[in-house]
Amino acid sequence: MDMTTAITKVTTHLSPNEQLIFERSQHGRLGYRLAALDVEEQPLDSIVPHEFQRDDDLEGMPEVSEVDVIRHFVRMSTWNYSIDLGMYPLGSCTMKYNSRLNERVARIPGFANLHPLAEERDAQGALEVIYELQQHLAEITGLPGISLQPAAGAHGEMTGIMIIRAFLDSRDGEAASKRRTMLIPDSAHGTNPASAHLSGFSVKTIRSTAEGLTDLDHLRELCAHGDVAGLMLTNPNTLGLFERNIKEICAIVHAAGGLVYMDGANMNALVGVARPGDMGVDVIHLNLHKTFSTPHGGGGPGCGPCCCSRELEQFLPVPRVVKDGQGFKLNFNEPKTIGRVKAFFGNYGMMLRALAYTLTHGNDGLREATEAAVLNARYIAFGLTSDYDKPFSGAPMHEVVFTDKRQTRKGVHTLDIAKRLIDYGFHPMTIYFPLIVPGAMLIEPTESVGRQELDQFIGAMRAIASEAVEDPELVRNAPHNTRIGRLDEAAAARKPVLRWKPKQAASAG
Amino acid sequence: MLSSIGLNSADQLFDSIPEDLLLRRQLNTPAALSETELLRRFDELGRQNPGAVRVSFLGGGAYSHYIPTVVDHILTRSEFFTAYTPYQPEISQGTLQAIFEFQTLVCQLTGMEVANASMYDGSTALAEAVLMAERVTRRSKVIASDSVHPEYLEVVKTYVQHAGIELQVVDFDQSSGQSAHALTEALDDKTAALVVQSPNFFGCIEEVQALADAAHSKGALLIVAITEAMSLGLLKAPGACGADIVIAEGQSFGVPLSFGGPYVGLFATQEKYARQIPGRLVGEAYDKQGRRGFVLTLATREQHIRREKATSNICTNEGLIALAATVYLETLGKRGVQEVAYQCAQKAAFAAREIGKLKGFSLPFSAPRFNEFVVRGPIPASDLLRTLATKAQIDGGISLSRFYNDRPNDFLVCVTELNTRQQIDSLIAGLTEFSTT
Amino acid sequence: MANVPEDLHYSKDHEWVRVEGDQVIIGITDYAQNSLGDVVYVELPKPGESFAVNESFGSVESVKAVSEVFTPVAGEVVKINESLADEPEKVNSDPYGDGWMIRVRMSNPGEVDSMLTAAEYEDFTKAEKE
Repeated sequence: MDMTTAITKVTTHLSPNEQLIFERSQHGRLGYRLAALDVEEQPLDSIVPHEFQRDDDLEGMPEVSEVDVIRHFVRMSTWNYSIDLGMYPLGSCTMKYNSRLNERVARIPGFANLHPLAEERDAQGALEVIYELQQHLAEITGLPGISLQPAAGAHGEMTGIMIIRAFLDSRDGEAASKRRTMLIPDSAHGTNPASAHLSGFSVKTIRSTAEGLTDLDHLRELCAHGDVAGLMLTNPNTLGLFERNIKEICAIVHAAGGLVYMDGANMNALVGVARPGDMGVDVIHLNLHKTFSTPHGGGGPGCGPCCCSRELEQFLPVPRVVKDGQGFKLNFNEPKTIGRVKAFFGNYGMMLRALAYTLTHGNDGLREATEAAVLNARYIAFGLTSDYDKPFSGAPMHEVVFTDKRQTRKGVHTLDIAKRLIDYGFHPMTIYFPLIVPGAMLIEPTESVGRQELDQFIGAMRAIASEAVEDPELVRNAPHNTRIGRLDEAAAARKPVLRWKPKQAASAG
Repeated sequence: MLSSIGLNSADQLFDSIPEDLLLRRQLNTPAALSETELLRRFDELGRQNPGAVRVSFLGGGAYSHYIPTVVDHILTRSEFFTAYTPYQPEISQGTLQAIFEFQTLVCQLTGMEVANASMYDGSTALAEAVLMAERVTRRSKVIASDSVHPEYLEVVKTYVQHAGIELQVVDFDQSSGQSAHALTEALDDKTAALVVQSPNFFGCIEEVQALADAAHSKGALLIVAITEAMSLGLLKAPGACGADIVIAEGQSFGVPLSFGGPYVGLFATQEKYARQIPGRLVGEAYDKQGRRGFVLTLATREQHIRREKATSNICTNEGLIALAATVYLETLGKRGVQEVAYQCAQKAAFAAREIGKLKGFSLPFSAPRFNEFVVRGPIPASDLLRTLATKAQIDGGISLSRFYNDRPNDFLVCVTELNTRQQIDSLIAGLTEFSTT
Repeated sequence: MANVPEDLHYSKDHEWVRVEGDQVIIGITDYAQNSLGDVVYVELPKPGESFAVNESFGSVESVKAVSEVFTPVAGEVVKINESLADEPEKVNSDPYGDGWMIRVRMSNPGEVDSMLTAAEYEDFTKAEKE
């Protein structure tokens, strides 16, 4: 255990251990009580023939009491870091505060208990929420065509790329089969090429300049091949830099007959300040669980709206929620739609939260949040340049990237720095992304962090930089103060154990 | 703070954005609302959804089951719902262990060997299962029954349209309501997989064992889809019947209806296909001191490493909803899930019997059911149901004319443990009003 | 300093080849296994499959990365190293011995001559590092 005096944010404390629920299970325990059956009981075999019935008594499933369940999960919860505990400097994730008010809105029974196949006339309030959020997102992005159906960013991305494919097939007919290349920057998130592949595109990589921006010459060169369906880019890019040539980039791609898709993961730098639609972008996705504060939940749920230009609207997934006089209707009649991407309407509960977020901030609040997000990132950039290598000199927007170049001289790498940061009471930043920066550390504080915590973060990083020189072993073997150390991931991947199994009885024959 | 970094005004933060791109006006969105104003607004909108308060017999892919109070208490713990994806295992063991338990429970329920950490929902899980079948068999034809949920089939069609996969949809048997015959007829040695839903969209239990045997005889896989996951509390596990991939909608396990989402997709398969599975996987791991923990593993399948060759583009999944399902399943446990399923089946059988006695009403499909069944009434279903809703304040079912052109008088009724005897009696009484003499 | 045995032939994709008559044994070099880190899984073809020169025949995975492996010669796979299924770490501990991957019957034995010698490969890896 190491508790250097530099660490002020956290201290040691007793942490409960807790087995798997199956290891806690005791035959005969119950955690529930149902009302008694109130209809005439029939022999089960007469309802469901015996051969269709379960015969394993759900073997292995636990039997625990309610207090067992509560203690089990409460103990486990104490092992997690969370936004409510403190800052997450995760670049590209936008870990902002998850408002409790939004949670209350989502639980209003008029929404929580509404069946998705309720008749339109019985769900007007619910449809109005969808419609209104669509309107606001259209205003924020500058793109009028909105679908809230995709359940996550990658899903929205797939939707957007399929829309591009549909547009090109519609515009060019047979000739579209020659246009199957999607251009993707070398700094792109992995979902980008994966989503392109799902739409039947092959991928070509565009280089970045020494400045970290899209290489226009390379772009022109690739576009000259005549097979370009489009370009996928992120703006600000994954280095946190605004692509100032975005208008020209869009012009080049359009002139070559392609479309421009923007990954909206970094919208937190743009809301109320600049709009993708004004930049010439044709289609984007948003991450409501990033920019619009819906909770990350340990890995979802998300909501990844797809927003597009007027020209592309006809290809959006159905049904579309439209206004009809005073009421709201579902429009299934869009002959050129790419089709449904999900059953029902999408992750509706997240739409409620995002709308509540938008209304709570108000139009000026939304812009203020953007300003604070960029300011905080700039402040961190300023505070860390004395100790860490900052590969790009351009002014970062809402996130900034550093490398471990100075620290590797002593054999300390990005992974070690990240793990040592845990000892200081912080969740690590995004590491080894984007791939074009060796030893990348991508830091995005968001607007939900005050100066005090930013100073603590900078202090921690600077202390680690000193440790990397004076006591590199300390950093290389971090974390020291967590309840579990670095796990042997190689062994876990070689012989994966992906579920609990009951131990074989010693007498089993 | 601006001055500490050498700036004078907030506008300067955006100096790297060209002048002509800056939005020089306020966003045309509403001004900020206070908490009271906001709640008033949303409460009002909530009241405009009368469907949320009526007695309901609606199923069709989303189900009303009781959600124990503990579920939401656990979900709203800061450490669960404001936590990020567990990429740093040392400070995410709560999330990781919960997912490991979730994966185990899905395996136990489906009878399969390995399950992932969740997909977006049942419909997208089915689409991903179809893509996986193509990867595993290297064959490009997939045959599905049209008794699969129509919206699920739509989603599969969207996903396969550019993937070089031919989706063939065959007609199910109109008298039994089952699909084994049609699917086996269409099966050949170019088939990657057969897709069947059981219980299917019309509530009928399909002959999964027979379909598995048939598929395997031609080197194809059997994909079983389940929309009412509660059926697994009563019906034979698809894994025990030979299914190769099982997908399900997990919403029945502790997840509110919430107008269609967020829900949670379950995805399970056999161990030999584990490296082809989409989505995240949590595995057991040990640290240097031999302490057991859990970690995201086999990440090389995923988009952030394998990029365009990834098994899926999925990144964010349905973590918190999977947690809800986990808490639900552990609270009810093996006894509770079976008891809930039992009550669903008994109540549905009772309702079906009573409706079947009404003149002018019939149950067109003869196959066994779990908790959903199709009723054929004497008048167009949409009119019947509308009248029932307005006069008796009951949502008696889903009019199938919403999905099919050739079933004007058919509607789908779902009964769960939450429907009381009184409610069922009211439904019968309400339907009796339409009875022909 | 990575190990580069004299008696083998090398490719720019970091595969090595040992010639045995009209067959070759193929694996990845010490330099490659070192860059990859702990190998957790090796994806190999089935005996009987044929590959063109420089075609990908499988992949090697570590925890955080995956690399395709390419055959420097065209031919038919005669045998694969099945022990790698249970012990993929052999690729790390003995890349030129127990960590071998496939045995191929060459369709164009002359192709081996266009591969790099040990010295050429060493120079190549030194240049890559810079």
